[in-house]
Amino acid sequence: MSLLRVDGLSKKFGGLNAVEDLSFDIQPGAVYSIIGPNGAGKTTLLNLLSGVYQPSAGHISFGEHDLTGRPPHEYASHGIARTFQNLQVFFNMSALENVMVGRYLHERSGLVSALMRSRRLARAEDACREEAAELMRYVGLHDYLSAAADAMPYGALKRLEIARALATEPKLMLLDEPAAGLNPTEALELDDLIGRLTGRGVTVVLVEHNMRLVMGVSDHILVLDYGRKLAEGPAAAVRNDPKVIEAYLGSAVAHDGSFESGIASAVAVAVEMRR
Amino acid sequence: MLARLASPRTGGMLALAAVIALLPLVLSNKYFYDIAVLVGLNAIVCIGLNLLIGYAGQISLGHAGFFGLGAYGSAILASRYGWPPLAAMLATTFAVAALAFVVGRPILRLKGHYLAMATLGLGVIIFMVITTEDKFTGGPDGIAVVPFRIGGFVVQGERIWYWVVGALLLVAVWLALNLIESPAGRALRALHSSEIGAEVVGINAANHKVMVFVISAVFASVAGSLAAHYSGFVTPGKVTFLHSIELVTMVVFGGMASTFGAVVGAAVLTTLPQLLAVFEDYEMMVFGAVMMGTMIFLPRGVVPSLARLLQTRRQRASADGEEEGA
Amino acid sequence: MSAQFMQYLLTGLTVGAIYALVALGFSIIFNASHVINFAQGEFVMIGGMATVSLTGSGLPYMLAIPLAIVAAALVGLALEKFAVEPARGASVVTLIIITIGASIFLRGLAMVVWDKRLHALKPFTGDTPIAIAGAAILPQSLWVLGVTLAIVLALSWFFGRTLLGKAMLATSHNRLAAQLVGINVRMVLFLSFGLSAALGAVAGILIAPITLTSYDVGVMLGLKGFAAAILGGLGSGIGAVIGGLALGIAETMSAGYLSSAYKDAIAFVIILAVLFFMPSGLFGKRGGERV
Repeated sequence: MSLLRVDGLSKKFGGLNAVEDLSFDIQPGAVYSIIGPNGAGKTTLLNLLSGVYQPSAGHISFGEHDLTGRPPHEYASHGIARTFQNLQVFFNMSALENVMVGRYLHERSGLVSALMRSRRLARAEDACREEAAELMRYVGLHDYLSAAADAMPYGALKRLEIARALATEPKLMLLDEPAAGLNPTEALELDDLIGRLTGRGVTVVLVEHNMRLVMGVSDHILVLDYGRKLAEGPAAAVRNDPKVIEAYLGSAVAHDGSFESGIASAVAVAVEMRR
Repeated sequence: MLARLASPRTGGMLALAAVIALLPLVLSNKYFYDIAVLVGLNAIVCIGLNLLIGYAGQISLGHAGFFGLGAYGSAILASRYGWPPLAAMLATTFAVAALAFVVGRPILRLKGHYLAMATLGLGVIIFMVITTEDKFTGGPDGIAVVPFRIGGFVVQGERIWYWVVGALLLVAVWLALNLIESPAGRALRALHSSEIGAEVVGINAANHKVMVFVISAVFASVAGSLAAHYSGFVTPGKVTFLHSIELVTMVVFGGMASTFGAVVGAAVLTTLPQLLAVFEDYEMMVFGAVMMGTMIFLPRGVVPSLARLLQTRRQRASADGEEEGA
Repeated sequence: MSAQFMQYLLTGLTVGAIYALVALGFSIIFNASHVINFAQGEFVMIGGMATVSLTGSGLPYMLAIPLAIVAAALVGLALEKFAVEPARGASVVTLIIITIGASIFLRGLAMVVWDKRLHALKPFTGDTPIAIAGAAILPQSLWVLGVTLAIVLALSWFFGRTLLGKAMLATSHNRLAAQLVGINVRMVLFLSFGLSAALGAVAGILIAPITLTSYDVGVMLGLKGFAAAILGGLGSGIGAVIGGLALGIAETMSAGYLSSAYKDAIAFVIILAVLFFMPSGLFGKRGGERV
């Protein structure tokens, strides 16, 4: 059975169809990438899949549950977590506290016990702190265990968001351009991190412009163009799909013939920018 | 152990308790005790208001309304209808909490200046109801309030009230510190920084905003009830828009997102008008100028600004020490 | 339409025109700086009180009124220079407290410079009511409505046709872009305070012969002007005018037909009711959070 099912999903902003009549299934355990030129509706789609936007039409179901029209915190409580292209870090807290906030669903306490600081709560807090620190180490943030969030570099903040999302113990993780703004070394480390996520049993949805990363980690790719599905299928099939090559990667292929090369992806990005 | 004592939590509580215990040594007459009690009551309101404004980032320009409802609720039930003061206070607190809960949801959907307008409007409406319904409230003239009594014990006189309010202030600080360090408190700080970020980890932002709104209203209402019994008289003067602003100024002056800052802010800005009385006709001008000046030169508030200063000093000192050692 | 209804409508329009002028002041400053200037009501007070004292010292209206407007505008410019400009980048709450501090300061100043008594201003052109459709209207009300209309027309010409007005409008839409095309946004901010203060002063002078004036008249007028600006949607000029008129009419109608005791509360009940259903006011921008 599929983990996430999207059926006839549309989102209109005024007269513009940002996402139009989109249907697809996501199978558990896979890395599912969504690619497409800027303005193709990728981020809008992630916002729909996390409840940040309400769809104009269509349905989203997760496992047994129909989540259409539900608020974001319900998506989270069903096991969908996400990161953001333009960080939504809590800059008024320490890095560790950011991840502790991510434990919210698993550490909820009554208002009275919070106000009185019950023993049980104090113990749970200690455990929560430990788990958060563990997650920070897991994503490679050993050096920032006692840092304030507003004192961290960009690349570390991107990892911090991943740690925070992991803290919710998600079944599905939506990553919105995790490699954007990272230097090549940091981007390379991301391959490994995404691999380890799936190893933990987390299904990953990846929106990304970095073709090297996408082609390296994806099992399945969805190509969007003007809010519509241009192609979808196993990574190997999509990369050889003539429609995709022509519409999206055409000039890059013509130039170099290989997706693996850094030049090719640079050209692909340049092509997108022009559109 | 020492580290625990030095933490803002335990250390701050102990320091505050010490100040409350030792202050009577310098309070030489009733007048000073009176000011100290007023400081304590304002501080309780500000601790609650700081949870809302400083931690959750939701402004309220109408909290004098909740203070007034607490004062008048207690006054009317205890003095007109002869309820036992404690029962009157509890019933009033419950009613204020219920009101805050009902209006909180639609009001807190608003953001920024729209939220400011709505809370301001709520406060003004409460003020107008209180001044207009003179059958119950005595209108602009106000009403007399019976002394607070529990069983046979009557709380009366500045000195006894000083200890009662001092103890309650410590309780208020303790509750606020506990809340901030709990998952719910972290959720409030999170939604202050990024509502979307908080929502996607499972935090129901709307519920948390209403929760902290209710808590802050309860703090204000309890302080209002106590103030009514303490002074033996309530007038609409403490329910005005201006008083709402004074409360917010205390919070911001002391330092947003700092519980002890709220106490400091209340202490300074409650005492200030007493000092400014020497300016007579110029009192209002000086008060306005002080409000502007502190916000322009210390926009982060006194306590966080001082804390930052101390921190950089200490860092510089330790850096110097290392250099010398090397 | 009954004569009574007509009477309430005319009174409501008069009061509403004043609210509209105050609300326009809020909007102009908000557009230029995203600051809500809670001292806006004090400009209304300064306009009225300065005219009272200038005419009291023997000056004719022709001189006293322009001088009072200039005085208020200077206070507005000083407010920007010495209170708002130094606090650039401060949080919304901090700016609210600064402008409220300024309003308390100005009120205190007015108390010292003038006094705490109520003052009357002579109507501009007599006080014989004029009958319209069974209702009576004071000549001063016609002045209020006429001048307000003229100001609204002048403002729309200013923002639509003049270079300075367009620069101010551009700054409100996108500060950075305005800066990039060479607009001096600091100057725009500075001027917006002067313009708003002048508008407030005009309102204060127009209404003084009808409602009397005193050092603390700005408090309620300021709050209601803010309510009108929010009702119309912050930053919308046409919204400010419609919000002001709607508030004035609703207030007079409900005072007449329901309860005059709650006349001042009506504005706030309406604003709460509207915001519950339209969180951005009637004409405000509806924008979701972008992530």
